[in-house]
Formats: sequence, C-alpha cells, structure tokens
Amino acid sequence: MTDLRAPAAAVSVPLLDVRGITKRFGGLVAAKDITFQIGAGEILGLIGPNGSGKSTVMQIIMGIHRPNAGSVRVTGVDVAGWPPHRIAQQGVGIVFQHSRPLHRQTVLENIMLGLLPDKLLKLAADRHVREKAREIAERVGLGGVLNRKPGTLPFADLRRMELAKAIARDSQVVLIDEPFAGLTTGEVAAFARLIADFRNDGRAVLLVDHNVKSVAALADRVFAMYLGERIAEGTPEEVTRDATVRRVYLGGGIEVATRPARNARGAALLQVENVSVLYGKAQALECVSIHVDEGEFVSVVGLNGAGKTTLFNAISGLVPYSGRISWDGKELRGRSAAAIARHGIVHCPETRELVGDMSVRENLDLASHHLTAAQAAQQLEWLYHLFPRLRDRERQIARTMSGGEQQMLAIARSLMMRPTLLILDEPTLGLAPVILEQISNALEQLRNTTSITVLLGEQNVTFALPHADRIYVMDHARIVWEGEPSRFAAEVADTYL
Amino acid sequence: MTEALRGLLKSRLFWIALCGTVVLVTLPWVVSAYVLGILTVAYYFGVFAMSWDLLFGFANEVNFGPTFLIGSGAYAAGLLNASGAPIWLCLIAGGAAALVGGVVLAVPALRLSGPYFGLTTLVAVLLLQQFIVIFASRTGGEIGLTMNDILSMDTTTNYWYALGFMAVSGLILFTLSRSAVGLILQASGQDRIGASALGFNVVKHKLAAFCISAVFSGLAGAMLVFYLGTASVGTVVDVSVGVQVIIAAVLGGRRTIVGAAIGSIFLIVAGEALRPLGQLSTFVVSGIALLVILFFVDGLMGLLLRGREET
Repeated sequence: MTDLRAPAAAVSVPLLDVRGITKRFGGLVAAKDITFQIGAGEILGLIGPNGSGKSTVMQIIMGIHRPNAGSVRVTGVDVAGWPPHRIAQQGVGIVFQHSRPLHRQTVLENIMLGLLPDKLLKLAADRHVREKAREIAERVGLGGVLNRKPGTLPFADLRRMELAKAIARDSQVVLIDEPFAGLTTGEVAAFARLIADFRNDGRAVLLVDHNVKSVAALADRVFAMYLGERIAEGTPEEVTRDATVRRVYLGGGIEVATRPARNARGAALLQVENVSVLYGKAQALECVSIHVDEGEFVSVVGLNGAGKTTLFNAISGLVPYSGRISWDGKELRGRSAAAIARHGIVHCPETRELVGDMSVRENLDLASHHLTAAQAAQQLEWLYHLFPRLRDRERQIARTMSGGEQQMLAIARSLMMRPTLLILDEPTLGLAPVILEQISNALEQLRNTTSITVLLGEQNVTFALPHADRIYVMDHARIVWEGEPSRFAAEVADTYL
Repeated sequence: MTEALRGLLKSRLFWIALCGTVVLVTLPWVVSAYVLGILTVAYYFGVFAMSWDLLFGFANEVNFGPTFLIGSGAYAAGLLNASGAPIWLCLIAGGAAALVGGVVLAVPALRLSGPYFGLTTLVAVLLLQQFIVIFASRTGGEIGLTMNDILSMDTTTNYWYALGFMAVSGLILFTLSRSAVGLILQASGQDRIGASALGFNVVKHKLAAFCISAVFSGLAGAMLVFYLGTASVGTVVDVSVGVQVIIAAVLGGRRTIVGAAIGSIFLIVAGEALRPLGQLSTFVVSGIALLVILFFVDGLMGLLLRGREET
C-alpha cells in the first residue's frame, strides 16, 4: 500500500472530541475512560483485538449506545446520549462493515437515500438530488452500475455504495468500521485513496480495525484499546513498537509447548481439502486445506475476520462449501449439523450459545440427554473437577454469570457430549487474563489426561501456542503458514501484528 | 412532483394495476349483479390489505390488528350515523377515529421492538371487541349495528363507489410507497440503525406510515358498513377478519401495494366460487394461500415480477 499519510499532522480545532467515555453492559466494562480528539483533515486509527471495546466506542459516538459517563463533542456540541438520527444531523456519518442495502432499489436510489432530508412531506426528491447522487457514484467508481440492483453487485462495489452514502451525508466526522475487510489488495488501494479524500476534504476520520498493519498507511495517529481500556496512542510506528501492544497481540515472549510433542501420532481423523466458502459476494474461505490427527491439539490462529469461524462452521455442516471435508475417512458433505455432532465433532462456538435462562446444571443436563444416567453422572463429576467454579455455580442462571464463567460452561457443555473432536472457537474472547489462565489450565488437563482431539481457533497467540502440537496461521480467508509452535516466533510473529 | 410522476410511469406494477383497473371497469356490462356484489366487498378488502402492506411491506412492522383500525372507523361512522349525521360526515369521522385510535396505539407500541409491536396490536383488537360487546345498548353488541343510511340501493352504483375508492386509495398509497418518503420508510423498516445513522428519525417515519394506514383502513371500514347496511363484530372487528386481510396482502405480494388488492380479490372471489364445497371452501382457499406463501414468499406479484428482478 502506498503511503497516503498527510505530510504534516494537521493541528486545528478538534471536530470530534471524545472525553472520558465509559460504557458498562451489566458487569462488563466495555469501554473505560476513553479520551481522544480528531481534528479536521486528520485520520485516527482505533485498533484493538476482538472484544477490546473499539466497536462500542464507535457505536457510542454514533449514538447507538448511550455512554454511562463522559462527553462526545461534535464541532463543539455535546451529543452524548442523543439518538443516532440527531447525531447524524449534527454531522457524524458511519460506514458500517456489513451493508444492508435496499434490494429492490437501484444503486442510484440507494445513494439518493443519503441525500434526502428527514422530512415527511417530501414526496419527490429535488432534481439536483439525482444529479448529485450520480456525481458521487462516479467519484467512488460506481458510474457504470447506477441502475443495477445491489444484489447483482460484487462485494467491493457494495462497500463502495456504503462509502457513497457516507459521502452523500456530507458529514464532518466519518466513522469507518473495518474499511478493508474482505477486499482484495487492488481494492484496498482504491479504498485507501477514497478514504484519503475524506481527509483532503477536511473531515475528521475514525478508522476502526483489528491491527495496526491494516490502518498504518492511512492513519495519522493510532489509538490502541484492550479490554475496554486505552493501552497506547501515537504514530503507527510508535504503537507497533509499544511493549503493551506487542504483549496484547503476541504475548510477552511467546511460550511454546509445555510438554513434549506426542510421540505416537494417530491417523488423520479430520481431513479438510480445498474448502472454499462464499458469503454472498465475499470470499470467506479460499481453498483451505488442513488435517487434524487423532489425539492431536491443533490451533488455528488469525485475526478476527481471517476465516477461522467460517472454517469451523463448514466442518460442523453449518455453512455450504465447495471442496471436501472427511471425518474418519468418510465424506461429511450432505450430513446435517446434528448428524455431524452425533458422529463426535462437537463445536463450541465463539458466541457460546448457552441457554441464558437455564441454570448451569440445566445447561449441562441438556447436553447429556443421549447418555445413560450413570454415564451422565460420571461425566458431570469429571467436568466439575475440570471446572470447579461450575460446581459452585451449579444453580445459577447462565446469563447472570460473568463472561469467563459462561465460557467455562460452554466448554463443559461441549465436553458433556463426549466429543471425539472438540472444536473451540475463540474461547478467550473478551476475557480477563485471570480467567484465561483457568481455562488454559483446563485445556492442559484435557490434553494430558484424555484422548480428545482438539481444534482451537484463536486470535490470542499467547493462549493458542502453549497447548498446540501444530499451528495453522490464517489471513484473509487462506492458510498462510503451518508448523510447530517452536517455529512460530521466528517465522511469522512479526508479520502477525 | 414531475419526478414522482415519471417514477410512476416507469413502474411495471403501475401498468399492471392500470390494465387491471380497465378490465374491472368493463365488468358491469359483462357479469351479473351477484358477481358485482362480491367484487364490491372484495374492493373494500383490497383497501384494507393495501393499507396493511404499507406497514408490513415498507415499515416492516407486522400489524396483527388491522381490524382495530377498520373496526374503529366502521363503528365511529355507524354510531355517528345513528345519531343522524349525514354519510359524508360519518365517513370523515370514520377515518378520523381510526387515525386517533391508531396514534394512541402506535405511539407507545412503536417504542417496542421485535414481536411486541404485533402483540400490542392484537390485544387492541380484543379490547375493541370487548368494548363493543359491553356497550351493546349503543353499539348493538354481537348482533350488530343497523345503519340509518346506505350508500346506494343500486348494485352497479355501489360497484362504482367501491372500485373508485379502491383505485384512488391504491394510487395514493402506491405513489407514497414510490416517493422519497417511501424510500426513507423502507430504509427505516429494513435497517433501523442504518437509517437513523443516515439522519432519519425512524419512529417519526413509521408513525406517519401507521397514521396513513389507519386513515385508509378506517375510511374503508366506514364505506364497507354503509354498503352492507350493518356494522357487526363478525365483519369488521373479529381477529379472523384481520387474518384474512393479512393473508390477502401476503398472498398478493409483499411490498407492492398493488399485490394486496389483487390478493384480496382473489381470496374473496375464490371463497365465493368454491361455495358449493360448503365447509370445505374455506379450507381449500386457506390451503392455496398457505402453499403460495410457503413456496412463493413474494406472492402472486412476486411471480409476475420475478423475471425482471433477476435481470
């Protein structure tokens, strides 16, 4: 990517002035005392791993969430707590990561929507609106598809259309969520130029993304968050070098396997060959091939959006795919998700999918209904031994527990089904370090004392590496590296951040 | 305004509706008085269904209680007529009563999200029904309220009234749905957060749609009872009537306005044509409706427009 940063940081009155915003969801502090300013003609990158609170901050600025404390000033006016449409009218625009266009309307009409006033008696759009929409479409490169329906457009063009709507709003402050997710390298360059145009027009731009790498070429400054708190701020280079940032993304000195590799390598249990998945127009998985051997612990690491969850969903039969996935030598295609689960592949999704209104015990009992009473009792005893916290919380309603406890319950419930292969998707999502350690210990016990094969998906390398026999690194829907944990630090750690 | 007119003329749905209307206009010279009578009722149902489609198809709010609005209009008109007011005044009162009832219901209900809006509207119907039964001395209760006046004794004249009313209502609702505010309404319905982030007050636009839907429903309800000569719970308030309106709109094709009218005509004419089957006729018509809804989610109009959507 070419360097599109401003020659000198533009210093002026901040268009967006965020001071001390704090947001709590129940017991979880999603954002804590966050303060930053963005001036006219400046681009700030807001980065943080999944669950760090960056999206919450963006949603608070837009008014989708109300902050518990703090102020959000847009061109000097405090808009904290206003409804989104008034904040939008005050001069804040947003480009959502997932577009939901009007499918029966043409591209031009979708862009016109951004130009319409919030009035009830506006039966027909003014003449200049159509002209203006056409101009904007040309500017973002949609000139040739004005009269097409969004459903027929490629993914990048849908993103262009979202960008066009934001341009149409003529907002002073523009928030962009994961600007480059799902785009090819060429498209990324084109989008970077469009975003740089926002700066040249003197707007304040907030880019929200996962890592420094993706916003480095554009952002004048970067603000890094982790677990709801500010961890670093400065130029992209400074933030990349920052010790805390490196620890959050890579762990403090990467630890490798804490026990010798398994000597007796089993036969290939799960074989994924050339699997591709498309979500509408977006390529979520591209020719991915992995294998997991019997008794092995395999970690798939990659940032959010790399395709880990999609890979797991394909294995579990939850999304359609091309390519071949076989289990114990037999092809899985055509089997329902339920049938795959009964064959021993148990998936513990990142969303946990607990029954929120049931107690811990009821959630576990739900998973044991195909076991005999004696088996279930034995399994339950073992799980309570693995996660003592769950025994203490046996009667508590699942949704009232902390995130970490819910994660333990989700893993325990998956284990209750006596899996041959346990697929664990992002068990560390948004959890505090102390909880991570407890889950980590449980996984270690699982690895050392049972024959369960584990496939772990993680963006947290520190968590994923110590247990793993083998690592796959995913990036942009592809597997980009495979190897032993001991080689990870030397070969890929630097490109990962 | 020319912009809106141009949009109208470019729409294939508009031409389908226009051709259909021309055919309906010729019917008094072709079919029997009996058939005209059935079609007259069907046209009023058409307005019920079109009003409902404005809410469901465009604002994306499921109103399970269209008969709350229809019944409010019908009974307001009927009660006023009983005290001697002329028909035109009663009709205006019918539309106004539905509007007031609608606002009272929608202002709190639109603040709820998900299925709760729909449930609120359903409860409103039950309340209205109970109200009518409790105040039977004024409203006629379960027996019904006999009107002092009727629109006309002549079948053909009644047919013209109904057709004219449906055509004008349809044109207004269709134009609205295709207008700039219609665009904002669809955006509000399909992506609440997205629309408000573009600066649109979603609740305001949905409330406006609800008000428009209420006025047309109430007016149509009032017209219907002046045609029938009686207002009764079974014809304008009962939940099953509302279900029929909903089926008609979905059957005809969501988000088309025109489809709702076609669905109503189909439903009522088919019910009548199958009358020789006795009890089975309702069963067969419901079965057909179920099949269409299950296999052609976009309804009858969706089938007609399908070729175009894909190009």
